Amino acid sequence: METITQPWPWYTAGIIIGLIVPALLILGNKHFGISANLRHACAACLPSNIPFFSYDWKKESWNFFFVGGILVGGIISTLYLGSDEAVIVHPDLAKELATYGINDFSGMVPAQLFSFESLFTVRGLVMMVGGGFLVGFGARYAGGCTSGHAIMGLSDLQWPSLVATICFMIGGFVMANFILPFILHL
Amino acid sequence: MENKTTEHANPVDFEVRSLDTMCVNESELVHPWWYNFKYAAVGIIFGIVFIKAEIISWFRIQEMFRLQSFHMYGVIGTAVVVGAISVFLIKKFKVKSIHGEEITFTDKKFNKGQIIGGLIFGLGWALTGACPGPLFAQVGTGAFVILVVVLSATAGTWVYGKFRDQLPH
Repeated sequence: METITQPWPWYTAGIIIGLIVPALLILGNKHFGISANLRHACAACLPSNIPFFSYDWKKESWNFFFVGGILVGGIISTLYLGSDEAVIVHPDLAKELATYGINDFSGMVPAQLFSFESLFTVRGLVMMVGGGFLVGFGARYAGGCTSGHAIMGLSDLQWPSLVATICFMIGGFVMANFILPFILHL
Repeated sequence: MENKTTEHANPVDFEVRSLDTMCVNESELVHPWWYNFKYAAVGIIFGIVFIKAEIISWFRIQEMFRLQSFHMYGVIGTAVVVGAISVFLIKKFKVKSIHGEEITFTDKKFNKGQIIGGLIFGLGWALTGACPGPLFAQVGTGAFVILVVVLSATAGTWVYGKFRDQLPH
């Protein structure tokens, strides 16, 4: 039990995530991907005669079940698999975050940045609403997210997925190192 | 493969989707809706891994982009190696799905979206500290405010769909 309640090492996580690729293929010829759910949600709720959202989303409903499962998995591990110890943060990062007044590492989602109260601050608004928008817009523009491109696409040796993955990383480096410091100061 | 496209009820629909999304449903079979619970089961395992390996942690993502930790590179790297070996074996031995269906792959076509969209996605990823999968797991941990991020991401998807024709591809 001790092994389960401790944070899992990267290789355990990597192997299990890698096995999700053949699991979905063998269970029903389904290609691993998450961000398409957001598109299916648009197609289901607000297609507005936009061609991009005019397709039979019901045929893709397996994907809703898949993310529903992810949510349930989050509930299960939080309730039963003991994951409420403080997150160990690299000393350099901790030092940097302290300069913005972020010193609570008790949750994986830092409550000082992501909470309903901070939603009404400029910083919170930019990070949650702005960040979410960029994720949704960018993922669809790129044709997939980390799962569809970086994992499924690279597993199938698709070079456009490699291009997308490299661009994900460049965007992330630029944001984390050059833009985020200004946003955290807000 | 040739007859597959012609067999499809709406070939135009299929073609459009195969260009647009990485998550094309390749299966031609129709099953009762509750068959989908098998995908929920896989999702549950995925969600547990997300939490237990701290992949959903905003701090881990920051460390990754600051080159302060090997953790996320190890996770993604191992996943790709395991995934690639699996795909190779499935192709080599022509493994069929549990319903006896042939497993199919679609080649991704390159367009500028993978560059521009990829960069935009990366900016958002470092801000929220989560890509779409972890967002759902974060909600599961009780961080309900993340639903705002999910809604905003859905809005971003919608806006992309709306202005798709005006954007460079």
